[in-house]
Amino acid sequence: MPELTVSQEIDARGSACPGPLMELIRAIKSSDVGDVVAVLSSDPGSNKDIPEWIAKIGYELLGNEELGGYQRFTVRKSK
Amino acid sequence: MKDRLNVIVMNGTVDKLLAMATIVSGAVAMDKKVTLFVTFWGLMAFREGAWQDPAQQKLPAEYQEYAPMMQEAMQKMGVKPWMETLRIAKEIGDVSVYACSMTKDLFGLSMDDLDDVVDDEKGVAGFISMSADAEVLVF
Repeated sequence: MPELTVSQEIDARGSACPGPLMELIRAIKSSDVGDVVAVLSSDPGSNKDIPEWIAKIGYELLGNEELGGYQRFTVRKSK
Repeated sequence: MKDRLNVIVMNGTVDKLLAMATIVSGAVAMDKKVTLFVTFWGLMAFREGAWQDPAQQKLPAEYQEYAPMMQEAMQKMGVKPWMETLRIAKEIGDVSVYACSMTKDLFGLSMDDLDDVVDDEKGVAGFISMSADAEVLVF
């Protein structure tokens, strides 16, 4: 499997709901179609919010890793 | 799910303003067009600089005793001030903020007295006509 090229990684750890989701949306809006954006979040609400937002908008959730006290979500702006 | 959310912001206490800004953020994330109608004590909280002035950070009297604990918890958790959260929502999505013109006159305020986040003023009939196809929340 080819390694993913993440064009932008946002560190939103330490930011409470809705901070990490809003930072992800801001980054995705300024990205090109096809880009992969990653966001780090220590807010437990992100675990539901971020996948739900991705499903609603119709982008692709490539990864959701638990990294010890925080999650790393990887998203492709697929359209 | 309707694609428009209209919010009547009537209260000027930080608990309700914070809940309002958070729900507005969720609504723009889910692609809703949001319109705020800011009235009464809500409008006092939208005066320029009021959100940054510690003397104007109010909680309802019945929850006053929780104020120091809330402040500490919010700092620890990284909860942004409500106005910052609202500004980010406005930057990301479609959010219009209208001051209630009657309240503005009642309190002797001009548009220049209000924070830049406020787009314009509107009367109640204008707001109601914009609410025909919208869900409406009151804070």
